[in-house]
Amino acid sequence: MTDDAHSRPILTAHRAGLLGCHSCGRVWPGDQRRCKRCGAKLTPPDRRGLQAVWAWWFAGLIMYIPANLFPMMSTRTFAGLAGNSEATIAEGVLELIHHGSYDIAAVVFIASIVVPIAKFLSIAWLAMVAGRPATADQAHSRLKVFEVVEFVGRWSMIDVFVVAILSALVQLGFVASIHPGSAAVCFALSVAFTMLSAQSFDPRLIWRGLPLRSRTKE
Amino acid sequence: MTQQSPFDLETGAGLLACPRCDALHVEEELESGQTARCIRCGTVLAKPRGGAFSQLIALSFTSMVLLIGAVFFPFLEISRMGFGNATSLFGVALAFADGILLPLVAALLIMIVGLPVARAFLLVYTLAPLAKGRPPNRHAATAFRWSETLKPWSMAEIFIIGTAVALVKVAGLATVHLGPAFWAFCGLILVNLASRGFMCQTTIWDAIEDAGLATDGREMVEGRAP
Repeated sequence: MTDDAHSRPILTAHRAGLLGCHSCGRVWPGDQRRCKRCGAKLTPPDRRGLQAVWAWWFAGLIMYIPANLFPMMSTRTFAGLAGNSEATIAEGVLELIHHGSYDIAAVVFIASIVVPIAKFLSIAWLAMVAGRPATADQAHSRLKVFEVVEFVGRWSMIDVFVVAILSALVQLGFVASIHPGSAAVCFALSVAFTMLSAQSFDPRLIWRGLPLRSRTKE
Repeated sequence: MTQQSPFDLETGAGLLACPRCDALHVEEELESGQTARCIRCGTVLAKPRGGAFSQLIALSFTSMVLLIGAVFFPFLEISRMGFGNATSLFGVALAFADGILLPLVAALLIMIVGLPVARAFLLVYTLAPLAKGRPPNRHAATAFRWSETLKPWSMAEIFIIGTAVALVKVAGLATVHLGPAFWAFCGLILVNLASRGFMCQTTIWDAIEDAGLATDGREMVEGRAP
């Protein structure tokens, strides 16, 4: 069906002077404020909505700095591994490489360093190019990027869960104990803020820049 | 794809806008098992499945039972050199219960247990009267909208993958025993996957509307998917 989209002209709700509900899809006249079916607020797809995206984006970025500077968790071992240690995210990865577990190191490196940074860059890029002229192909790839960011966003919370489970579980007196560090809360907030940033982004803006076409009926 | 409903470009009646790209579509009656996609961006607009409402209600009840079980049964247990420690789900959340990490306890409990239970409840509240062919409960539309809004924040399945990662890390350090709560969470993933297959927001919105939600009276009962 997407193949047809290149050749066939398409009418959007915005061009018809109507407003589509982002929550239930119902279409309303352009001056309607609230969807009468589901009660969601109706917002026209314009670049003003990007302010919220940028606000949450900066909040997430600011929280991401202490998340990397403070220790994620502190391990105290008597007999087990390497004595007492406090590790930030990056130090944790280095420690895993040092111990020779390259596979887990790779997983942690991708999940807590590569993915968050890629997420920040993708949202910033989407917000900058939103509403700018684009071809249908570009719009399709932008939508794909947005969907990946939206999907991956919540999975970053996995780090916080791992720290919580480890610190609740590994409480073996003087043999070994793990305590959460303050970076955990910063990281959780950073993830939550980037999720809100991605949710405030209106994917309809991706398609606003497409050249004007006349209307059609399916 | 059978007959076309009448539509009105002035008021938007009988039209559907793709939530992803704003392309307008004429609402059509779909047979059970058909899938409607946006002609421009390919987003799934509707995929009605026969008997979906009763299935969703049953699956919601299942997930409620599993989550309540998961809260009260032991979650994980480890032992090493005569020292042992068991933890429940509350124990996991309370791991953050000191100093500035305290707010994270509440956030964790809400994301892992609170929201999944709340969403299951909201879904049952919305669908139960519709499945019996009765008019919808008061505020059914608000309940269903909230259930959809809260969806990204309910993180039970992420939590269980986090558990798997934590177990790999602990495996070298001590012996781990998995409790019933762990298996309840694993079951929850399957239940969530199954209910995703039956979930179709458009169908539910149409059903709420057709079953007599007080909109402005321009909903079309004829020519609409059940």
